[in-house]
Amino acid sequence: MGHDAHAEPEKKPGKLGLLGKAYLPAIAQGLLHTLGHIVKWDHNTLNYPDEKRAPFPGYRGEHRLTRDEQGREKCVACFMCSTVCPAHCIEIVAEEAPWPDREKRPKIFNIDMMRCIYCGMCEWACPCEAIELTEVFNIPVRTRAEKIYDKERLLSN
Amino acid sequence: MMEWFAENPVLSGIIKAVVLFAVPMQIVPGLIYFERRICAWIQDRKGPNRVGPIGALQPLADVVKLLMKEDIAPKGVDRAIYVLAPALVFIPSMLAFAIVPVGMDLQVFNPNSGVIFAITIGSFAVYGLSFGGWASNNKYSLLGGLRSSAQMISYEAALFLALMSALMMAGTVDLNVVVRDQIAHGWNIWRQPVGAVLFLVASFAETNRLPFDLAECESELIGGYHTEYTSMKFAMFFLGEYIAMITMSALMVTLFLGGWSMPTFLLTIVHDWFGVAISFDQVTLGTMFWSIVFFSAKTSALLFLFIWVRWTLPRFRYDQLMRLGWKVMIPVALANLAITATVIVLMED
Ligand code: SF4
Ligand code: SF4
Repeated sequence: MGHDAHAEPEKKPGKLGLLGKAYLPAIAQGLLHTLGHIVKWDHNTLNYPDEKRAPFPGYRGEHRLTRDEQGREKCVACFMCSTVCPAHCIEIVAEEAPWPDREKRPKIFNIDMMRCIYCGMCEWACPCEAIELTEVFNIPVRTRAEKIYDKERLLSN
Repeated sequence: MMEWFAENPVLSGIIKAVVLFAVPMQIVPGLIYFERRICAWIQDRKGPNRVGPIGALQPLADVVKLLMKEDIAPKGVDRAIYVLAPALVFIPSMLAFAIVPVGMDLQVFNPNSGVIFAITIGSFAVYGLSFGGWASNNKYSLLGGLRSSAQMISYEAALFLALMSALMMAGTVDLNVVVRDQIAHGWNIWRQPVGAVLFLVASFAETNRLPFDLAECESELIGGYHTEYTSMKFAMFFLGEYIAMITMSALMVTLFLGGWSMPTFLLTIVHDWFGVAISFDQVTLGTMFWSIVFFSAKTSALLFLFIWVRWTLPRFRYDQLMRLGWKVMIPVALANLAITATVIVLMED
């Protein structure tokens, strides 16, 4: 239909000709095109939330703090992530770690999800693979305060 | 039944009036629903399908929403005209519908002026639009109102001339006679194809639908004449647009597509399938029923066309609109009228 513009290169754009000026043939063509879309019945939208689109690999959703084999958080409170974070939404308070293999661990680890831009820089900066972004994106809350995730919340993600 | 109607003109008139008022009002929500679904399908979407089975209760939810909205009038509006405008859009379209025969000889009233009454009353809608634009105290509204008045006045001329060509075929303004003439001689769309196309295009302009919705034009005028309207006043404008659509489709069906009649081969199909023989010679309850069915089917098809066109075409530019109206449609309509008149006179000799 109207797609093969290359078929008639000599036809200058803007010159409609008498048939084009009468509008009706072009209108009929357009109507057939849209009717084709109704008949084709191939919808791009989903019946969300009944159907969900499978997230793409590498999708950047809400964060998770990972644990090591012993169930301790991997984070060593090095502040790399909060330094690199462009939105300044990671708040860390360190404390001395009770374990011999590291010096520090986070006492407080808060991420303000409302400020986060889900850029993934924190995951990229972390030396211990302690923080990562999951594919979860749709957790509604009633107040802004609930969207500031603390350490427990991030560990359980 | 028929005798009872004939014997009680007042009562039957009231019943007809109530039914014919209620029916378009009930069609409008359905129409809005279908418009939203069809536009979604055209755009490869699903459309509203959440409220009720297949989303059919969506218009109801919309009405509830509109009713609960706060009715805001901006500062500096001309109160009386501001309130009057939505009604002025809504009432004329409704009145014009009253004279359309929706079934065999079934119309609320049949004035001597026939279809001229419908066109005259229908053109009052332009006051609603321009009053709405004027009273809102908003430059966008004013522009929308001005545009709509210029547009409707220019296209009304083409509409009327196209309509004349159909009326001349029957030699009357009585719509029932126009339909009977089409039963005898074939639909006017075959006898007056140019008139039919002109009437259709002009009716798009008259109802302010795309591609002629210059009065609303949300991409440049926000909402045009109804920018400053909220709640039920806005709903009245909306209702007016859709009722005008129904009225225009009904008029088009009556004038060019055989009204409540059907060609003989379709009558044979109805006879084969349902075992009813229909003849349009006299008015019985059965023929009345089938004529309403035929009329509704044709009107629905045209309404689908209205929706279909709206979601296919882009909007005209304003100068293109005026050029099309004055330099193309009116001359063509006049030429068509002159040729028709000449042929009719020559055939009579
Ligand atoms: S994803 Fe980006 S914005 Fe969000 S916490 Fe990590 S670094 Fe900050
Ligand atoms: S999450 Fe990673 S980068 Fe952030 S403080 Fe902990 S160890 Fe450092």
